[in-house]
Amino acid sequence: METASSLASDASTSAKILVRDLTVRYGSTLALDRVSLDIGERRVTALIGPSGCGKSTFLRCLNRMNDHIRGVRIEGRVLIDGVSIHDPTVDPVELRRRVGMVFQKSNPFPKSIFDNVAFGPRVHGVRDRVALCEIVERSLRQAALWDEIKDRLDRSALDLSGGQQQRLCIARALAVEPDVLLMDEPASALDPIATAKIEELIHELKTQYTIVIVTHNMQQAARVSDETAYFYLGRLIEVGPTEQIFTNPGRQETEDYVTGRFG
Amino acid sequence: MTGTRSTNGRYARRRRVERIMFGATVAATASALGVLLFLLGYLVWQGAGALSLDFFTRLPTPVGEAGGGMANALVGSAKLLLVAAAVGVPIGFLGGVYLAEYEGGPVAFVVRYAADVLNGVPSIVIGITVYGLLVVPLGHFSTLAGGFALGLLMIPVALRTTEEFLRLVPDSLRDASLALGAPHWVTIVRVVIPAGMRGILTGLLLSLARVAGETAPLLFTALSNRFWSPGWLQPTASLPVMIFTYAISPYEDWHRQAWAAALVLLVLVLGANVVARLAFGGRSAAQA
Ligand SMILES: Nc1ncnc2c1ncn2[C@@H]1O[C@H](COP(=O)(O)OP(=O)(O)OP(=O)(O)O)[C@@H](O)[C@H]1O
Ligand SMILES: [Mg+2]
Repeated sequence: METASSLASDASTSAKILVRDLTVRYGSTLALDRVSLDIGERRVTALIGPSGCGKSTFLRCLNRMNDHIRGVRIEGRVLIDGVSIHDPTVDPVELRRRVGMVFQKSNPFPKSIFDNVAFGPRVHGVRDRVALCEIVERSLRQAALWDEIKDRLDRSALDLSGGQQQRLCIARALAVEPDVLLMDEPASALDPIATAKIEELIHELKTQYTIVIVTHNMQQAARVSDETAYFYLGRLIEVGPTEQIFTNPGRQETEDYVTGRFG
Repeated sequence: MTGTRSTNGRYARRRRVERIMFGATVAATASALGVLLFLLGYLVWQGAGALSLDFFTRLPTPVGEAGGGMANALVGSAKLLLVAAAVGVPIGFLGGVYLAEYEGGPVAFVVRYAADVLNGVPSIVIGITVYGLLVVPLGHFSTLAGGFALGLLMIPVALRTTEEFLRLVPDSLRDASLALGAPHWVTIVRVVIPAGMRGILTGLLLSLARVAGETAPLLFTALSNRFWSPGWLQPTASLPVMIFTYAISPYEDWHRQAWAAALVLLVLVLGANVVARLAFGGRSAAQA
């Protein structure tokens, strides 16, 4: 993976996440094959590639959500802020506070809007009502949802529209104040307006968060990301500045994929 | 729509099969409902006459004397079910949580298998076991022993329903909680159990209703009592055993009281079912 390591040297920003030779198997299925990738701090990195190429698997490795899947085998190293996340001294629960995740399918809890956003802070020991209200308001504002729902925070989150639910899930993740935000196709089920809102949001969040986003939408990757990584059949084919990947990719496979001539 | 002969023929045949199947299911439903209605009607016809305020408030009268009631059996049944719940609910509930949330591995397999076997154990066998385990060592029949026997009978149903309803909670909710940095047990307590709670409560209530009518295991654990049974360590009357003893007695008056008791028992069990459906059975988050 020449291209992957060359990024590390020419990226001026420091890498927040370093992935080295990451191999993941589900039973006998090889889902990721020796992937090495650097993810810059306060950058947006887009993961693209055809269905089943291992994007979600890669993402779920970064906050160790794969630990819960039976029969999974993970090799290689993932360093966040220079510390291996698989080190026995690293508590996966603590890790997930710092590495938040938004799932492809929005998954609000069957609780009120307020309780959804307050869930993380509460779990981490915030009891004070005033403090919780502040966190909830700030997170909902960040997720561009506050104005729409500020009068009905006590209503069930399940009554929100799909796009609102997805932004609620983003707010819920932000309420924990992670450093890294992993987003697995956060806009795949949304209409263009909601999608635009989420993209705008990603732009704003970039100033504070390191973001890794999976998307099937090439325009979206082009619009929101600084770096783009192309995966195919569990391998990282190419990674580079988004501009370059879309206009002048180094590999034929990448070009075929981003121009839609794939398959 | 193409109108060819063969598709028309197939369509007609499908319609016919569909109508027959529909009729069969309606008939089956109707007969199930019919049995229930007949049962209820028959009990009302036979038992309603003996139902009076006295039935609910007075003790049984001595043999030969008319009147009296089954207040002690009502209270006795309530106390037995309380003990049963104290035994069956925690074990069934926690066991179900264990199976659903920490599943996998040989332990879960053994527990699940044991629950299924326990479910098939005749209730009289449970009764005689508790007799040996509690009644003999304690020296007498008691509410405690009877309730314990009923509690054991509850466990398999309580356990498996809890497990089933927790399994209905989508994994995406567990993922959401874990990804927010909640430990596994916090996820279970704050997300999974609340999401499945309505279903679980329904299951627990139904498992309690199920054992409320058990008679065999009470015969040699709680026995019966013609008077109040103070505390938990005395033999106690209960509705099912009262029905049994009154029904096989030679007295006309007792027969009518047995019918009345049967009616009360059925109404209570049906009531528990209705309450469970209405209160907890609505759209549970688990099915959302
Ligand atoms: N829990 C699992 N158990 C077994 N195999 C799995 C599991 N999750 C993913 N896989 C397999 O791993 C490979 C990569 O899956 P992954 O979900 O990472 O793909 P993806 O790139 O996210 O696809 P999509 O774009 O469709 O979401 C696939 O072959 C998939 O079948
Ligand atoms: Mg995926």
